[in-house]
Amino acid sequence: MITAALEEREHYLNASYGLKSWLLTKDHKRIALLYLGTITLFFALGGLFATMIRIELLTPQPDLVSSETYNKLFTMHGVIMVFLFLVPSIPATLGNFFLPIMIGAKDLAFPKLNLLSWYLLVAGGLCTLGAMFAGGVDTGWTFYTPYSSTYSNTYVIATALGIFIAGFSSILTGLNFIVTVHRMRAPGMTWFRLPLFVWSNYATSLIMVLGTPVLAVTILLVGCERLFHIGIFDPALGGDPVLFQHMFWFYSHPAVYIMVLPGMGVVSELVATFSRKRVFGYGFVAFSSVAIAVLGFLVWGHHLFVSGQSVYAGMVFSFLSYFVAVPSAIKVFNWTATLYKGSISYDTPMLYAFGFIGLFTMGGLTGLFLAALGIDVHVTDTYFVVAHFHYIMVGGTLMAYLGGMHYWWPKMTGRMYPEGWAKLSALVVFLGFNLTFFPQFVLGYLGMPRRYHVYPPEFQVLHVMSTAGASVLAVGYLMPLVYFLWSLRYGKLAPANPWGATGLEWQTSSPPPTHNFEEPPVVTHEAYDFAALLEEAQVG
Amino acid sequence: MASANPLALREQFDTAAQQKDASVLAMWIFLVTEIMFFGGLFLAYTAYRSFYPEVFGAASRTLSATIGAVNTAVLLTSSYTMVLAVRAAQKGSRKALIWFLILTMIFGTVFLGVKAYEWHEKFVEHHVPGPSFHLEGEPLQGQAQLFFSLYFAMTGLHALHMVVGMGIMTVMTWRAWLGRFNADYYTPIDVAGLYWHFVDVIWIFLFPLLYLIDRHVPK
Amino acid sequence: MGNRFPLFPVEASTVAPSVDHLLFYLLGVSIFFTVLIFSAIFYFAIKYRRRSETELPPEIHGSTKLEIAWSIIPFGLAMVMFAWGAKVYFEIERPPDDALDVYVVAKQWMWKLQHKEGQREINELHIPLGRAVKLTMTSLDVIHSFYVPDFRTKQDVLPGRYTTTWFKPTRVGKYHLFCAEYCGTKHSGMIGWVYVMEPQDYQAWLSGGAGGGSLAENGQKLFQELACDNCHHMDGHGRCPSLQGVYGSKVLLTNGQTVVADDAYVRESILQPNAKVVSGYQSIMPTFQGLVTEEGVLQLIEYIKSLKTQPGAAPAAAPARGGVQPPAGGAAAQR
Repeated sequence: MITAALEEREHYLNASYGLKSWLLTKDHKRIALLYLGTITLFFALGGLFATMIRIELLTPQPDLVSSETYNKLFTMHGVIMVFLFLVPSIPATLGNFFLPIMIGAKDLAFPKLNLLSWYLLVAGGLCTLGAMFAGGVDTGWTFYTPYSSTYSNTYVIATALGIFIAGFSSILTGLNFIVTVHRMRAPGMTWFRLPLFVWSNYATSLIMVLGTPVLAVTILLVGCERLFHIGIFDPALGGDPVLFQHMFWFYSHPAVYIMVLPGMGVVSELVATFSRKRVFGYGFVAFSSVAIAVLGFLVWGHHLFVSGQSVYAGMVFSFLSYFVAVPSAIKVFNWTATLYKGSISYDTPMLYAFGFIGLFTMGGLTGLFLAALGIDVHVTDTYFVVAHFHYIMVGGTLMAYLGGMHYWWPKMTGRMYPEGWAKLSALVVFLGFNLTFFPQFVLGYLGMPRRYHVYPPEFQVLHVMSTAGASVLAVGYLMPLVYFLWSLRYGKLAPANPWGATGLEWQTSSPPPTHNFEEPPVVTHEAYDFAALLEEAQVG
Repeated sequence: MASANPLALREQFDTAAQQKDASVLAMWIFLVTEIMFFGGLFLAYTAYRSFYPEVFGAASRTLSATIGAVNTAVLLTSSYTMVLAVRAAQKGSRKALIWFLILTMIFGTVFLGVKAYEWHEKFVEHHVPGPSFHLEGEPLQGQAQLFFSLYFAMTGLHALHMVVGMGIMTVMTWRAWLGRFNADYYTPIDVAGLYWHFVDVIWIFLFPLLYLIDRHVPK
Repeated sequence: MGNRFPLFPVEASTVAPSVDHLLFYLLGVSIFFTVLIFSAIFYFAIKYRRRSETELPPEIHGSTKLEIAWSIIPFGLAMVMFAWGAKVYFEIERPPDDALDVYVVAKQWMWKLQHKEGQREINELHIPLGRAVKLTMTSLDVIHSFYVPDFRTKQDVLPGRYTTTWFKPTRVGKYHLFCAEYCGTKHSGMIGWVYVMEPQDYQAWLSGGAGGGSLAENGQKLFQELACDNCHHMDGHGRCPSLQGVYGSKVLLTNGQTVVADDAYVRESILQPNAKVVSGYQSIMPTFQGLVTEEGVLQLIEYIKSLKTQPGAAPAAAPARGGVQPPAGGAAAQR
């Protein structure tokens, strides 16, 4: 009966049928779902490689794979997770779906370009996967020269081409978002009424647009060096291999913020909704996103403290790196302060938000260790770094992504997920994550270098703990996959606003119609105005 | 791209002004990404020129400043005709628009032709990076090769942008021929013009950096 | 070694305690903030849990005072981290003058080390207790990184360039040497041991099985084999500048600039002789790229270094028409 009622109302999912209606769609919501499917596959693949790495590291000696294979495994894990999963993750799925709705627009400014972006990601992904099936690549996701440009005998060019193409997907998405936020806001939706998720995606887009082209040209030069031996990074011809590191990190450090800023935006939404309170210090949180985006471009040199760059350059980059700590701290404190005197519910998305704040705090604080010159010399290129960035990328971004998926799932699909299982999965992910990566901090300070296939036996206990944690984590990730799919058919029907949240996306039906709103919205309230929401509910 | 009725507002927009603003802003952002893209090469150039200033000077002197200057003039003229094309579009003069677009393409072709001649010269003189590279009288062959690597990377990428620009101009001419533009709707011409001028500006930087860096030292 | 499950690395060099003290400060700050945030979240989450579906909490927009407080305080703490970290970094990066020189050539996937006295080692380094050791390193292929965790030092080793690092061991023992920069297939096999020995044991080790002469002697032999002495006459009357006393001095070049004749300059002058030609000389020297190995270059450097102090050699007279200036005092003779 209820199902029949749902079928009757037209929405973006049942507006048209058939493969063609998906592959040629211009609807940002459908494109978001295309992205969702694609990056889930990439995540599964990257996760599979991670699993093999962790199993191999159970013992100090090689047992499962050869060194050659091991090096390819961690390279492909990094390449897939960074360029094909984390960079597109939140912006291309949740951002694509909700950014236009949240600002009251019918679609992104350039729907065809949006579809093209997805095709570019797929093309880049296929190119990279093709390289993998042809034999793989073993340079590490950082592609340091001259190893990548001269010495590696693997499929560097094909992989680099894949990243190059996927990079354009990222550039075009960023461009589309910026224009959309500037030009497509509904009447009354002023800049300071924008939900913080929109602010953070806007800041992310700035980095995508400014940083990614530099990565593209760097990769292009590595390709030219490999093909034509032009000498740009070859010391034998007067080239400087360290120049590559500067150019690479000029993109790749800001890229860290491409990956984490959208997660911060998600958490801002979650904390507000599930505390039923406006985010504490809205303006500071909004501007801290932009500050992180800008400062992120000034700190790349902190990846090169032991590379032979001058002592003074090291000092400048260390100094600037500490400036990024401030906007990050502002965010954490403001989220925590939002809870004060709130009305806090423990729905699954909020549990993920709690997890994010805790793990991001730890990840951020360990970043201070790496920015401290004297300590960085010891811990750079060790498991300490590995643990640090997994706390940010997995503990931070992935937690936020899962939190956001749970939060918006009812809106995207019109179905509720099973709450009990979801709470359990949040707990399993949190525990599994800490067990996997906390021991790696200890390993790192002990001196265990990263990218080691075999290692001294005294490190084994900590590695075994890490692998045990990884298996718990794997279970934690499989659970949502299963119950999300289950809910598509058996989940309870979702109301338009299951969480009592503000934001335009909750004022349209679940799932939304093709052009998002039955009638164009006009915004009359600040963001997160729960008083007005309750009032309207009572009047209505 | 070409919809049945170009005046029709695409469905995601509310007004024609909004649509035009969005397109122009998008092109500006795209040009910013292009600056960052070329920026990587300019960075590499700056680094190596400061490492090896004399070699770069010597290598630069093998390029013909005269040919470079002529080509600069050709490209600047093409930008001028592009401006005239946009002006014609604004006034809704279809014929003038088509003619100025064609003129722009002719100057673009001349530029590419001259560039091709210069590259051919490099092949003949063994100034192309690779095993047969040789710069006469230069003891530091590797570093000299670096200059030419950057020369080919930068001018090559610029020429690629020219070729893309020519493609865009061809489409624009065709659409102008079909009468798709008028005084109220010429955003594509405007946006294509922005791109063309950008490619021109890149050359304005490339010309002195590659051709003129060491002309003041009489040797 | 003995401990099968270590949780903290031993401190085996003079900088190790400095690094660890900084670590403890950072750990203190981090634990404080982690506990603060975690307990605030728990406390608020429980105290302000939702009690009814219709409850509306009070509106709180923010507090500029609080924002300023939690920007300034973390920033202040961070600036301490920066300054302290920079101080330790200077300690790590600046070798003392009396350091023992050891030369390192890295290649896929081994470490080759040469002592001044002539001992050569592969993947092992023997050094005396309590004596600063300075490593001058280069790579034959890709980037490697010389890392001894128990000394808390790490330095990338680059092809085509010298990088240096140093340490002063404070504990006798056997310590891991790792390559920390990914360098290809057998990256994790590019490991070795650093042996810190009592000075007398070290002397015994030095005298045992050296053979083949000191680095400088080998360098001199190479100098003659490569016929460098055909042009580089010690009296300064050759077609090329005398190398007597060159090392460490300022050299005037044909383009009017001066450079200090350090390891990097000498290396460049052997491999790319025309890059920086000494004023008053023609660029007639052929390149020795491919004719002399990186180890050979290091031996030649050590030989040229020895020319400065070698007793009985010709005094560092002002060269007849060279741009070579003695380090100090003799500069006046030049003009």
